[in-house]
Amino acid sequence: MTDKKIRVLVAKPGLDGHDRGAKVIARALRDAGMEVIYTGLRQTPEMIAAAALQEDVDAVGVSILSGAHNTLCPRIVQLLREEGLTDCLVLVGGIVPQEDIPKLKQEGIAEVFLPGTSTEDIVKFLRNNVKPRE
Amino acid sequence: MSQTKESTSPVEAGVERWKRETLKPVLDRHPESKKRFESVSLEEVNRLYTPADIEDVDFSEDISFPGEFPYTRGIHPTGYRGKLWTMRQFAGFSTPEDTNARFRYLLEQGQTGLSVAYDLPTLMGYDADSPLSEGEVGKCGVAVSTLADMEVLFDQIPLEKVTVSQTINAPASVLLAMYLVVAERQGADWKKISGTLQNDILKEYIAQKEWIYPIRPAMKLVTDTFEFCTERVPKYNPVSVSGYHIREAGATAVQELAFTLRDGLEYVEWGVRAGLDVDKFVPRVSFFFNAHNDFFEEIAKYRAARRIWAREMRDRFGAKSERTLQMRFHTQTAGVSLTVQQPLNNIVRVAIQALAGVLGGTQSLHTDAYDEALALPTDRAALIALRTQQIIADETGVANTVDPLGGSYFVEALTTKMERSALDYFAKIDAMGGMVAAIEKGFPQREIQDSAYQYQKAVERGDQVIVGVNKYAMSEEPAEVPILVIDESVRDHQVERLERTRGSRDAGAVTNSLEKLKRAAANDENTMPATIEAVAAYATLGEICSALRDVYGVYEEPAF
Repeated sequence: MTDKKIRVLVAKPGLDGHDRGAKVIARALRDAGMEVIYTGLRQTPEMIAAAALQEDVDAVGVSILSGAHNTLCPRIVQLLREEGLTDCLVLVGGIVPQEDIPKLKQEGIAEVFLPGTSTEDIVKFLRNNVKPRE
Repeated sequence: MSQTKESTSPVEAGVERWKRETLKPVLDRHPESKKRFESVSLEEVNRLYTPADIEDVDFSEDISFPGEFPYTRGIHPTGYRGKLWTMRQFAGFSTPEDTNARFRYLLEQGQTGLSVAYDLPTLMGYDADSPLSEGEVGKCGVAVSTLADMEVLFDQIPLEKVTVSQTINAPASVLLAMYLVVAERQGADWKKISGTLQNDILKEYIAQKEWIYPIRPAMKLVTDTFEFCTERVPKYNPVSVSGYHIREAGATAVQELAFTLRDGLEYVEWGVRAGLDVDKFVPRVSFFFNAHNDFFEEIAKYRAARRIWAREMRDRFGAKSERTLQMRFHTQTAGVSLTVQQPLNNIVRVAIQALAGVLGGTQSLHTDAYDEALALPTDRAALIALRTQQIIADETGVANTVDPLGGSYFVEALTTKMERSALDYFAKIDAMGGMVAAIEKGFPQREIQDSAYQYQKAVERGDQVIVGVNKYAMSEEPAEVPILVIDESVRDHQVERLERTRGSRDAGAVTNSLEKLKRAAANDENTMPATIEAVAAYATLGEICSALRDVYGVYEEPAF
């Protein structure tokens, strides 16, 4: 099933309205042949997990620039796991201090992409890490 | 009969000769490094500019003298020789106590104005104890939920003397009310207070997206502050029409220029419709632009902005007062241009961007701290940012003469080109029925998204270079910089004060004032007096915004 399209939910949690990155990523992933659903702004972790479940996505890309990542991102992972989405990758992009990254990875975040990341690197990461479906 | 211009001018003939005799032999031997040279906005830049490029630019009509119409060369005849720009560093983090200490530190270091950054809950009209505020209290700015926080924020800062700019939009009228009540209790005279409220809700729908109410009632709240300030706080700028965020969201320089000025025209139209006299309130409409990396493009943008504004005020609104025609603006260096990689490089970017703002004739300036792509600035980073401005002011000599780049073939040609491109956008937006209608259609939002995407692609192709990111990248970072960490105890501290305030206030007075506010909103009356009464009774920001939400509803962004 290698030609099945990768499905990604691009999500904006918290009160932050800076959506330039989220929208650029959504478009780049679409251009790379993936199916992308964008949540829109100000989603709670619960809303994001529900959307991921409903849309049956392979990955959730969380865009966050407000500094609330340590509170919101682990909760998103936890809720996804509770919903039974055990293979769904959670990626984080935004302004995240270096020292927070190991902690986020420990909490189940697959990768953290900092400002300056090429969209091609994100595409590559998804292609290499999304588990092929049965 | 005037002669039709079919033969080339002597200047054009000279350019042709230079190309043939001098340029071509060199190009044949040493081709240029790329086919197309372009600005950071992906606009093509020519090899050379000559008088041929400004033949249609008229000195007295288009360039003129500083302090004279159309103010291309600045609004002051003496430029910075009389008074330097205001050095106004945007600051705010954590608790009001912490931000108050940073403000007092910056003032001691020679900063001449203050600028408050509020946290996301405050920007969105939520109290610190709202479930939606979790993880966000004090992170992106200072947390303010009630007048009690505002009293701490400005403790020992005399508001009659220091000018304060407040970056607040959707709930701007509430924060203005708090500010005025604090000032009054300090004994300050409202007639003497000067400062600026960002209060630019249009760019929120376009770019920054911190909105609360639907767009039309939100515009009504803005107009209420115009009316109120014109009467009661006449030296205060009730709006700072902001291109900064439009640019940060990915707009080109021309889009920043066009959308910001068209937003400005929209506010003026709403003010006029509310019965205000253009020459009374527009002098207090101020602007706020970005200073990005492309040095000359930025300088041309500021010069074009002043020229367009003067002409539009005269031609669209029949403005007569000089103050109405003169655009005043604040500038901030481009946060979006700063890199996480090799962060000390950002000091250099900021210095060059700030210089563009100064050469463009800005009235006030914020220089970003080098650690902005990592976190909120540390004291050290904030100090270097301020020193950057002081070095430009005191060491470089650029403030010695007015509009030093005026008359540059390149800068004048670019100024005129940007003016024309902005007017093309005006025509499109006017045809849609104005900026509110254009935003409802998603027009500026889509244009900006497209530009953001094109820019990202240009970076990934390597056409746009970012030093330390797609060129001269290093696998090991040479400098780790310390960053400012805001922990969750800030929220506890803020919630504690909020609970204390709620427990000690006169609950009846709060309820009455909120009812009064709802009635004013429902009856289309000016909401400022009731808002002031509510904050003075220590109604919380969340309570006030919630009362207005009951009347106005909330904005839902259309999908586009």
